[in-house]
Amino acid sequence: MRNLSFILQKEFRQIFRNTTILRMMFIMPIIQLIVIPLAADYEIKHLSISVIDQDHSSYSRRLISKLTSSDYFRLVQYDNDYSKALDNVGKGKSDLILTIPAHFERDLIKENSAKLALAADASNNVKAGLGSSYAVQMIADYNNDIREEWIQLPKFVDMPQIQITTSNWYNPHIDYHLFMVPGILAILVTMVGSFLASLNIVSEKEKGTIEQINVTPIKKYEFILGKLIPFWILGMITITIGMIVAFVIFKIIPIGSYLTIYGFSAIYLLAVLGIGLLISTFSDSQQQATLFAFFFMMIFVLMSGLYTPIESMPDWARYIANFNPPMYFVKVIRAVFIKGSSFSDLLPDFLKIIGFAIFFNGLAIFNYRKRSA
Amino acid sequence: MLSQETVITTHNLTKSFGDFTAVNAITFEVKAGEIFGFLGANGAGKTTAMRILCGLLSPTSGEATVAGFDVYKENESIKKHIGYMSQKFSLFEDLTVRENIEFFGGIYGLSRKELKEKGNDLIQRLGMGKEAEKLVGSLPLGWKQKISFSTAILHQPKIVFLDEPTGGVDPITRRQFWDMIYEATDSGITVFVTTHYMDEAEYCNRVSIMVDGSISALDTPNNLKHQFDTDSMEGVFLKLARQAKRGE
Repeated sequence: MRNLSFILQKEFRQIFRNTTILRMMFIMPIIQLIVIPLAADYEIKHLSISVIDQDHSSYSRRLISKLTSSDYFRLVQYDNDYSKALDNVGKGKSDLILTIPAHFERDLIKENSAKLALAADASNNVKAGLGSSYAVQMIADYNNDIREEWIQLPKFVDMPQIQITTSNWYNPHIDYHLFMVPGILAILVTMVGSFLASLNIVSEKEKGTIEQINVTPIKKYEFILGKLIPFWILGMITITIGMIVAFVIFKIIPIGSYLTIYGFSAIYLLAVLGIGLLISTFSDSQQQATLFAFFFMMIFVLMSGLYTPIESMPDWARYIANFNPPMYFVKVIRAVFIKGSSFSDLLPDFLKIIGFAIFFNGLAIFNYRKRSA
Repeated sequence: MLSQETVITTHNLTKSFGDFTAVNAITFEVKAGEIFGFLGANGAGKTTAMRILCGLLSPTSGEATVAGFDVYKENESIKKHIGYMSQKFSLFEDLTVRENIEFFGGIYGLSRKELKEKGNDLIQRLGMGKEAEKLVGSLPLGWKQKISFSTAILHQPKIVFLDEPTGGVDPITRRQFWDMIYEATDSGITVFVTTHYMDEAEYCNRVSIMVDGSISALDTPNNLKHQFDTDSMEGVFLKLARQAKRGE
């Protein structure tokens, strides 16, 4: 324990002299929390649409005005030139092509049914999926409008209808910031824990100072604790800064208790620090460590449910995601922030995070050698 | 000055990396209070042998004890009784002179009070009163080497291992460095030193010369010069090193 106090003193002196670490700690959370939630909005607006109108009737014009009067579509082309529309899609000027065939109005009135063709550029499948579903919804709406006009009174003999009322709990206005900010907070903590600690240890390997430490009587656990404790504290500071930013910029305050958030963060940080330690035992240079960390970071972020829900993944990917620590933390932080979940609600996740902490740190300690073979 | 107590003994100590035998069955003894020169061309196996003795590397076979402790099982006990200064400068460049002394002294068990006294004393002897609060990274190499050596012996170890301690420093600083080594032996510390400078080899009590992983000669500088019939250590070294088959 005496040794540990000397080690900690040394680590803190070095950290406070390292402007890169300090900058990463303060500036990274601020920038990421401000930029990403504002940019990551799942609702797509202003999709470009080309309309090929071969009918030029009052009904076709009414359909077009219905589509373009909303925020969702922007008319970029309105004529009878399909090849030009294809060209527009190729150039990226247009996302959807709606073809209104000739005799649209006549078929609709005489035969009570008419056909439309909707083509979407699926090279971006989110845009294509959402775009065509918006369009289909609006066309269905348009269809209803017409039917209502045609059906004569009394209206109550109308065909039976089921009415659905939906309400969005916890986030009634589907505010994306409320959803993204806690998630990004979770990823930030992950980065501070796994990146900074591993780079710090590997830089001691590069400079050769770790060899000087290895010939001293410092014990393995003292060295590792000497690295864990400072970065654990830095991680806790980062999450605090993050919550301040969330409040100041987005007015987001956790509904659940701060104690739950800090309790989870404390254990989760141990788990990601274990990953950082493990990376450092595998790498001999900061370059290697950065590449390792970059690889893990991609998996951490993409398989955490931050951007794409875990439920939308295929079974095998969901299986892998179960072994991804950030997935649990993103879930927990969101639950506490948005739903106000309590500690006992999240106990299974807490136990899993403890499991990760033990596993990664155990492996790292096992793998760290004061003496090489 | 020399006692009969031995502080390092090795018997057929061997280290192989795959097919390559870096250190091949070396056997020698180092007496307490001695300055033991460990010479050899680049790649002869000096650093590997030294790293085994410091407990940084496991040997493949053979026996060795350092300060009475076995290198296989008691390598952590060895570490309490030795000092080590590696080829690569290895103090913390982002700490000040005083902070480095405090850290290394502290982990070798010096109390905070002792650290303060010894630290002030050391800074004064090195004539670095003005530089004590400067970051080590900003100091010239010669000074760094002196601080490095001083911190390695701050806890009065039985043996100090120096791996090319004077590489790249000017002749005046080298001379001062050797004065420090003599002072250390006067206070009872055994010095185990590798070097490429033949004038420094002359300062040693006994010298061993490694060629291709084995010890080809071991004696006092004077006896070696007689044995190989030359008038300088350089002559001895060249005669032996020319037999080397290993490239650099």
